[in-house]
Amino acid sequence: MAKHAVTATVNGDEVEFSCTTEQTLLDVLRGELHMTGTKNGCGTGDCGACTVIFNSRPVNACLVLGVEARDADIKTIEGMAQGGELHPLQQKFLDHAALQCGICTPGILNMAKALLEKNPDPTETEVRYGLAGNLCRCTGYDRIVRAVLDAAAEMRATGT
Amino acid sequence: MNDESRRAGSNFRWVGKNTPRPDGVDKVTGRARYGDDMIVPGMLHAKILRSPHAHARILSIDTSKAEALKGVKAVLTSDAIPQHPKAQPPYAPIIQDFHDIAENLMARDKVLYDGHAVAAVAATSEAIARKAVKLITVDYEVLPHVLDPLEAAQPGAPILHDDQFTHGVETQSGEPSNVFRVITGERGDVEKGFAEADEIIEREFSSEPVHQGYIEPLACVATASEDGCVELWTSTQGHYVARTLIAKVLNMEMAKLRVTASEIGGGFGGKTTIYGEPVAIRLSQMTGRPVRMVMTRSELFRASGPTVGSRCRIKIGAKKDGTLTAAVADIWYQAGAYKGSPIGRAVDTFFSPYNIEHMKATGYDVCVNRPKVAAYRAPGAPMANFAAEGVLNELAARLGIDPVDLRLKNAVKEGDQSLMGTTHGRIGLIEVLKAVKSHPHYAAALEANQGRGFAVGYWLHGGGLSSASVHLQDDGTVGVATGNPDIGGSRSSMRAMAAEELGVDVELLKPIIADTGSLPYSYQTAGSRTTYATGLAVVNATREMIDKLRDVAARKWGIPVEEVRWDSGQAVPSDAHKNDIKPLAFKELAGMATKMGGAIAGHSEINATGQGAAFCANLVDVEVDPETGFVSPKRYTVFQDAGRAISPDYVAGQMQGGAVQGIGWALNEEYIYDDQARLLNTGFLDYRMPVASDVPMIDTVIIEVPNPNHPYGVRGVGEPPLVSAPAAVANAVENAIGKTLSSLPLSPPKVLKAIEAAAG
Repeated sequence: MAKHAVTATVNGDEVEFSCTTEQTLLDVLRGELHMTGTKNGCGTGDCGACTVIFNSRPVNACLVLGVEARDADIKTIEGMAQGGELHPLQQKFLDHAALQCGICTPGILNMAKALLEKNPDPTETEVRYGLAGNLCRCTGYDRIVRAVLDAAAEMRATGT
Repeated sequence: MNDESRRAGSNFRWVGKNTPRPDGVDKVTGRARYGDDMIVPGMLHAKILRSPHAHARILSIDTSKAEALKGVKAVLTSDAIPQHPKAQPPYAPIIQDFHDIAENLMARDKVLYDGHAVAAVAATSEAIARKAVKLITVDYEVLPHVLDPLEAAQPGAPILHDDQFTHGVETQSGEPSNVFRVITGERGDVEKGFAEADEIIEREFSSEPVHQGYIEPLACVATASEDGCVELWTSTQGHYVARTLIAKVLNMEMAKLRVTASEIGGGFGGKTTIYGEPVAIRLSQMTGRPVRMVMTRSELFRASGPTVGSRCRIKIGAKKDGTLTAAVADIWYQAGAYKGSPIGRAVDTFFSPYNIEHMKATGYDVCVNRPKVAAYRAPGAPMANFAAEGVLNELAARLGIDPVDLRLKNAVKEGDQSLMGTTHGRIGLIEVLKAVKSHPHYAAALEANQGRGFAVGYWLHGGGLSSASVHLQDDGTVGVATGNPDIGGSRSSMRAMAAEELGVDVELLKPIIADTGSLPYSYQTAGSRTTYATGLAVVNATREMIDKLRDVAARKWGIPVEEVRWDSGQAVPSDAHKNDIKPLAFKELAGMATKMGGAIAGHSEINATGQGAAFCANLVDVEVDPETGFVSPKRYTVFQDAGRAISPDYVAGQMQGGAVQGIGWALNEEYIYDDQARLLNTGFLDYRMPVASDVPMIDTVIIEVPNPNHPYGVRGVGEPPLVSAPAAVANAVENAIGKTLSSLPLSPPKVLKAIEAAAG
């Protein structure tokens, strides 16, 4: 099967990989680049576990082809903490016990980050609709929503 | 401090506090490794061919084209899986029949459900493996199927197993039956009890199978060696149980099978058995290469166990003052393709919160052409509870008695006995009910089209085999090893209890989950047992370590060990020596221990008993759209007796998660089949679990009535909140529309129909 050579930027680093036409960005991140922080929950765009930031937009990596990543700027969970410091969202998820098993957490963190970049002061309802594409089976969402609202408040206060 | 004052106390440094989660940073940074995250050099990828038929005889399987495909390294059918004789009576409450387990892994003569595995391929890439399974041809003789447990129990129904006869009945018909077993619990004389009743309610209820819906798929990597040893990495709620099941199915020696539990991305009971692991191991043995197998979401819906669907007839009687006089229930559970649905738990659960002099409950375990059921959070309880709490709520309305008062009048307390014979110790049902009654939510005003629902749940949580090891490093840090996968924060609780015993900072302790080669047997993280039973083992192990540290101090000081006590992280001499000996701190002792006889560790291997009943109440307000029948939960409060909440945020998290699973069960989730019994909704788009915008904040009230059999008073907390959640949500919808409802899920068409019927 013919493979395509692709160059993209992942978490600020230039990466090169080769993939077949049918391989998704999720397949590439996990299988080729061995970046397993992006999770596979369904492969059909229904659970949001593989949410990454793709050219500043949140996407399900399982619905993007690897070849579409050519020259794209991609941010995954592995790039969220900077210089040994957790992102405020990551810290608030720990503070609020907003994860139990943690499998949905990377996707939800990326989706929440994208949400707050667009809307730094969301209401509870806006957070709930903003995260409606990300399934969590453990928490019932209560603590996730609180953590996002609290992180938003802190980020507004500190200008991050 | 002795354990009695410890349980009564609240002045703890770590227990009852929210301590930083040991695995937290790894899980918010993507570093934690789950089942599907293991990459082994040279590994092959396995895929399974599954039956498109619900019931068919396998006439032949031709794998030659798949084998010829470049990149395919092995193809396997049931021939590669050892056969086992059927289990024989007497049957245990939870049956492990290796004949059935082996056939469920890989169908032998017949396929019994849409999705039943018939062959497997290992290839150099997933794409090749996917292509190869499509090249396998299977010749089937399609047979009539049956999905409904009542139909399956009738004479003349299509029979799944022609060597299965009904157990637990007085007279066997001699004909094979889909009904594997009947379990009855009975006390008193129900006819007499109903004769004493002023009000009798009799209804039928039904519920549909729902999937546990864990987001992490079942995934494993098996590495078999030529020396007969196997290493297995798998997502499981219990790697020791997985090892036992796999070793028996594959006729392996247990010590040669080392199982490491990955981080687990949700389980809820669904990861308490085995699916792909033995197949991956056999493929690895056949190829000499590591083999990875990950089930797709569609495969998980079709072929991993959901919980049972149910059909129930129930009758309850009471006097005018609310005294319950008699209750009878019959419930039919869909076991799926192989026997073993949780009917015993149903019988135990129906009326257990209440003292009823005369009662009888009967459960029927019925095989149907669906995937074999697996446990789901309080297995067998929510369906029975839905019926029992449903009739109680109707009874309260008819008698004009407040629903909480009706429960209080009949509530069980210490010394009372459940239908299946458990005599309750100190339990907290009355405290839970009083907390509901006095909570502002209970009396809050409702708006138009809104209704409030309430239901009580009972669950007898688990104890059983647990092991723990604590080992001291010479810098004064401590490893805490247990054999229970951490599914929702148990590492925090283990660490808090050990730190509390030692009297040192939690940050000095590092908890890990040991593999099966490194620690003795531990039963699964299931049955709400881990903080109770494994916590008990951790406390025991820590106390053993403390005794050894006291001994080091005694030898150092040259005094008898009996004259050394442990207090707040240090060895302290008895008062007789207090003027001439200074206490030795934990860290100092750690530094001198290896020079005084060897490393210090404590360990414990127990079969924990003394677990007790846990009670929970769900209180919920919903709003019903009268034009569409769409139900929207508006306010939710969960009340639960946790005994002692070691990590309160994670206890509350269990209550919140259980409530929302109950909302999904009550309103949306169900398995939908076509007329050929093929599952139609095999993805999260059509199998609609609650999302963030479907639910409100979930308030929690943790009640603490300590369990006298645990040093800190712990009760199981994971399962109870789900038990009565579907019943409470359904009751809220009933009260919103003014009509009783008896069939889950309460999807908009069903609710709309009920609204129209109520309007006449």
